[in-house]
Amino acid sequence: MAYPKEYRYTKEHEWIVVKGGIATIGITDYAQHELGDVVFVELPKAGAKLAAGKIFGSVESVKAVSEIFAPASGDLVEANAALQDKPETLNSDPHGAGWLVKVKLTNPTELSSLLDAAAYEAFIAEKQKEASS
Amino acid sequence: MNDNIKKVLRHPTQSEGLIFEKSSPGKRAFDLPPLDVPPVDAAKALGEFHRGGGVEGFPEVSEIEVLRHFTRLSTWNYAIDLGMYPLGSCTMKYNPRVNEFVARLAGLATEHPYQPQELSQGCLKILQLLEKCLLEITGMDAVTLQPAAGAQGELTGILLIRAHHEKLGNPRKTVLIPDSAHGTNPATAIIAGYQVQNIKSSDEGQIDIARLVEQVTGDVAALMLTNPSTLGIFEQRIAEIAKVLHAKGALLYMDGANMNALAGVTRPGDLGVDVMHLNLHKTFSTPHGGGGPGAGPVATKKILEPYLPVPVLVEKEGGRLVLDYHRKESIGRVRAFGGNFGVLVRALAYILAYGPGVRQATEDAVLNANYIRKHLEGVFDLPYTRPSMHEVVFSDALQKKHGVNTMDIAKRLIDYGFHPYTTAFPLIVPGALMIEPTESESKEECDLFIDAMKSIAREAEADPEVVKTAPHTTRVRRLDEVAAARKPVLRWKPGGKKSEAAD
Amino acid sequence: MRYLPKSPAERQEMLAAIGVQSVEELFSTIPEAYRLKKPLNLPGPLSEPEVIAYFRARAAENSVGYTSFLGAGVYNHLSSVITDTVLQRGEFLTSYTPYQAEISQGTLQAIFEFQTLMCQLTGQEVANASMYDGSTATTEAVLMAERLTGKRRVLLARSVHPEYREVLKTYAKNSRLRVEEVGYIAAGTVDAKGLQSALRDDVCAVVVQSPNFFGVMESLGSLAEAAHAVGALLLTAITEAVSLGVVKPPAEADIVAMEAQSFGLAPSYGGPFAGVIASKEKFVRQMPGRLAGQTVDLDGRRGFVLTLATREQHIRREKATSNICTNQALCALAATVHLTLLGKEGLREMAEQNLAKAQFALHELQTIPGVKRTFAAPFFNEFVVELPRSVKMVNAELLKEKIVGPFVLGSAYPELTKHALVCVTETTSRAEIDRMVAAVRRALEQPL
Repeated sequence: MAYPKEYRYTKEHEWIVVKGGIATIGITDYAQHELGDVVFVELPKAGAKLAAGKIFGSVESVKAVSEIFAPASGDLVEANAALQDKPETLNSDPHGAGWLVKVKLTNPTELSSLLDAAAYEAFIAEKQKEASS
Repeated sequence: MNDNIKKVLRHPTQSEGLIFEKSSPGKRAFDLPPLDVPPVDAAKALGEFHRGGGVEGFPEVSEIEVLRHFTRLSTWNYAIDLGMYPLGSCTMKYNPRVNEFVARLAGLATEHPYQPQELSQGCLKILQLLEKCLLEITGMDAVTLQPAAGAQGELTGILLIRAHHEKLGNPRKTVLIPDSAHGTNPATAIIAGYQVQNIKSSDEGQIDIARLVEQVTGDVAALMLTNPSTLGIFEQRIAEIAKVLHAKGALLYMDGANMNALAGVTRPGDLGVDVMHLNLHKTFSTPHGGGGPGAGPVATKKILEPYLPVPVLVEKEGGRLVLDYHRKESIGRVRAFGGNFGVLVRALAYILAYGPGVRQATEDAVLNANYIRKHLEGVFDLPYTRPSMHEVVFSDALQKKHGVNTMDIAKRLIDYGFHPYTTAFPLIVPGALMIEPTESESKEECDLFIDAMKSIAREAEADPEVVKTAPHTTRVRRLDEVAAARKPVLRWKPGGKKSEAAD
Repeated sequence: MRYLPKSPAERQEMLAAIGVQSVEELFSTIPEAYRLKKPLNLPGPLSEPEVIAYFRARAAENSVGYTSFLGAGVYNHLSSVITDTVLQRGEFLTSYTPYQAEISQGTLQAIFEFQTLMCQLTGQEVANASMYDGSTATTEAVLMAERLTGKRRVLLARSVHPEYREVLKTYAKNSRLRVEEVGYIAAGTVDAKGLQSALRDDVCAVVVQSPNFFGVMESLGSLAEAAHAVGALLLTAITEAVSLGVVKPPAEADIVAMEAQSFGLAPSYGGPFAGVIASKEKFVRQMPGRLAGQTVDLDGRRGFVLTLATREQHIRREKATSNICTNQALCALAATVHLTLLGKEGLREMAEQNLAKAQFALHELQTIPGVKRTFAAPFFNEFVVELPRSVKMVNAELLKEKIVGPFVLGSAYPELTKHALVCVTETTSRAEIDRMVAAVRRALEQPL
C-alpha cells in the first residue's frame, strides 16, 4: 500500500494529515499489518486533549495490544465511531476510512519534526531488513 | 492417515449441543426429599424480593441426559490421563487418584471453616504437616497456605515485602522484573502499588549482574526472579544477585513456578531468597481441572514472618493447634476463610507418597527434558544453549523459512496425539516452543514425542501446507478467534438456531 | 516409586543418550555449595493404603457425627453423585486451561454453559469463567468499578461478609482506593440515609450484599438509583447463591460478585470454591478473568474459544485488568453440572425448602423465653436472634449434645454481643432443628 505524500509519519507508525485546520490521525499500513486482524479499537472520549508523544488510545488484535501515540498535540474534535462496529476497517483501509481521530492542533509546529512519506518508507524498509536477517 | 503418526488412530466422538437446547419443560434430573416442616408461601415471606416460577432459561433435562451431556463434552478434551501434556511452565504431571479420594473423605470435605477449633484438630494437623514439609523443601522459615493460586501468592509475597519496607519507614517504589517473566509478575507488582522496571536478560538468558548493580537503587523494593527461568535455565549467580539486592536493602522474591526442577536438589532458602510462592497445582500435582483450582502458599524468611496474612496456625501446649487471628503487623487477609483446603490436602497426600523420594521426581523431570533436548537439537533452533533443567525452549527459526511457525507446529502435534507445548512464550524468544515433559513420562512416551516432532519438522520442509492447516483430525478445525473477539458471544440466548447444535 | 514410569535401566539408557555419566551432571549449573548433600527430612514414602489411613485418622479428629447450624458464607447443600462422577472424569480433572481450543472443546463449552447459567441466575448480561472465591470476586469487582469510573471512594456496607471486607481492605491498602464503611439499621439492612449523605461524585462503587451477612434482603433498586445519581456503580455480593432460586435476581446492580460454593461444592474447611463476576455487556472489557466465547471453525462448525484475552496478564502484563491466571475452573464445572441437574424446578424447590426450614427454625426458637428475632427485613435461610445469654456459653452447651451452634456475631460485630446467626438449609431435618431448639432451651434454663 502506498504511503500518501501529503501525510506525515511517526516512528511509532502513526500518520497525520491536516486539512482546513483539522488534523486527522491514524495508524499506518505497516502497523496494521504487523498487528494482524484488528478486533477492537479504544479511542479517547469527547473533550480529550492529546499531547504529542503521549498515548491516546490502543488497537487490539486477538493476542496483542498496541498503544497509539499522538503525533502532535491537539483537542479532540471527533473519534471514528464507525470503528467500534467495524474494527476491520483498520486492516482494509488504514490510511482512509480507518482513521482514528480528528483533532484541532494546539501546536502545529510539532509537525515539522515528523517523517515525510519517503523517510518513513526508508525507516520501515530498514526494519523489515532487520527482521529478515 | 500418515504412517508417522504412531500414537493415535481416529475414532468418532459423539456430537452434543448446548444443554439449554436439550431442555423441555417438565423433565428433571434430581429429586429432593419431601419437605418435613410446614410449607411457607414464598411470595408472602419474601414480598417484593420474591422470584416466582424459577430461574428463566434454566435447563430442564433428565439424569441420563445430564450424564451423557458432560461425558460427551469430556471426550472432546485432551488430558494428562490420555498422554503427555508438555506445556512449558505448567508442570502437567500425573495427578494421583488417591489424592482425590482422601480430599473427599467425610470429616475433611464436610468441615466448616467456622466450626470450633477443638472440632477441627484433624484439619489443622494436616495444615501443620504440610507447612513443615513445604518449609523443609524450600529451606524457608515461615509459610502461609492462604493464597488461592500462584498469582495471589505473588501478591501476598509482594505485600509482605511492602510491609517490611514500610516498617523501616519507606515502602520504596519499584519492583524489578526480568523480561522473561510470567505476565502475572508485573500485573501483581502493580496491584501491590509498585512500578515495574524491566531487566533485560543477557545473551545467555541470565541476569546481567553488572547491570543489576546499576538498577538496584534505594527505590527498589524487590526483584521478582523465576528460577529456573522461563528458559528452563538455572540462574547460576542467584546467591550473588541476593547479595546485590540485600546490600541496598531490597529483597529477593522467587517465583516458584518452576520448583519442579529444584525440589530435593537445592533449596531457595539456602540461595538467599527472602520470599517465594509455590504452585501446588504444578510441582505438587494437584489437578489443573481445566484451569483451576490451585493453591499458592508463600514461604518467607524470618524477617517477613510478622506480616503473614491472618489467620496464622499456632501450636499451643499439649500439641493443641489454634488459628491466631490477632497479629498486629499482618498484611490482613488475601482471601476469605483459610485457603483452598481441599487442594492443600491433595498436595500433602502427594508429598507423603514420595517422602524424601521427591528428589527422584525432580531428577526424572530434568532427565526427560534433557533427553528431548538432545534429540531435537539441530532439528529445531535452540536460541539459548546453557544446560536445561526441567524444560527446554526451542524456536521456530528453522521452520519459519518454510512459512511454518510455532503455532502451526503445535497444532500439528495434536494430530500426532499430543497436547501442544507452550507457544510463543517466553516473549524474549521469538516463535518459542517451550517444552516441559515432567517426570510423569516414560521413555517410550518421550520417544514418541521426539519422533512426532521430527516428523513434523520434515513435513514443514516437504509439505508445509499440511502443518499450516493442522489440526486435521480434531472435531473442530482452527477456530475463528478474530470473529469471537470482534463480536463477542459470551452466553447462550433462547431463539438461536437450534440446527447448529446437531453439528 | 509407583508414580514414576522409568526402570533403572531406562534411566541409564537416557543418560547415555544425553551423553552424561550420572544424573548429578544434569544439575551441574547449580553451584556445588548449594546442592543438598542429604535427603530431605520429609515423612514417607507412604503406600496408598498408608496415605488413606493417615487422612482417615485426621478426619476422625474433626466434626464427624455433629449437626451444624453454621452458614455465614459457607453452606451445606445436597448434591448429586452425578456431579462428582463428572468431575472425576480425567478429561476434565487433568486438563489445563483451554488455550488449545481444538482439543479443549469440552471444557470450553462447559464454561460457556456456566457463563450462561450465571447470567440467568443474576439477571446480568455477561459472566466470567470464575474467580478464586466470593471474597476476591468482590474485591476484583471494586477494582473493575474503579477502572470504569476513574473514581476512588468506595462505600462498603458493614452488612457485607466481614472477611470479604477484610480482603477488600488488604487489596485497597496499596491502591488509590479509599474504603469507607456504612452501617446498618434496625431492619438489618444497609443504612440508606447514611449512605446517601456519604455519596458524592467521587464514589466509584457502593458495595452491598444480598441476602446480606445477617441473612436479610437489601432493596437494590433504590440503592442503584442513589449510586447512579452521582455516577457510582452498585456492586452486589452474594454468598448464598441458592437464594436466587426464589429471590429476584440483582438485575439493578451494575456488577454482581458471587460465591458459587452452594452449587455442589463441599464446605471443605474453606475451599476450593468458585467466585463469579457478572455484569453489563458494556463493561466487559474491564472485567477480570477468563471468558469463553462462541465462534465457528474453518468449516463453519460451531465451537468455543477463550476470548477478549487482551484484558489478561499474559498479554497486557502490568496493564492487565487483574493478575489472576489460575482460576477455579473445576469448581465452576461442578456448579454447572449441579445446576443442570437441579434445573429450573429443582433449584426453585431447593430454595423454597431453605426458606421453609429457616422460617420453621426461627418460629421454634422464638418459643423459648427471651429469644428474640433481631432484624425485621425478609430473610432467606439465615437469621439473627438475640439470646438472653452469651452465644458462646450456649454454643458450649450445644457442643456437648453434638451440635455445632450458630455463628457468634459478636466476633465480627462487637455491638451484637448476644446475637447468633442461625443457618438452616434443606439438609437440616426437622428432627435436627427440634433437637437444637430443645438444647438451646435447656442451655438457657440452666442456672448461671
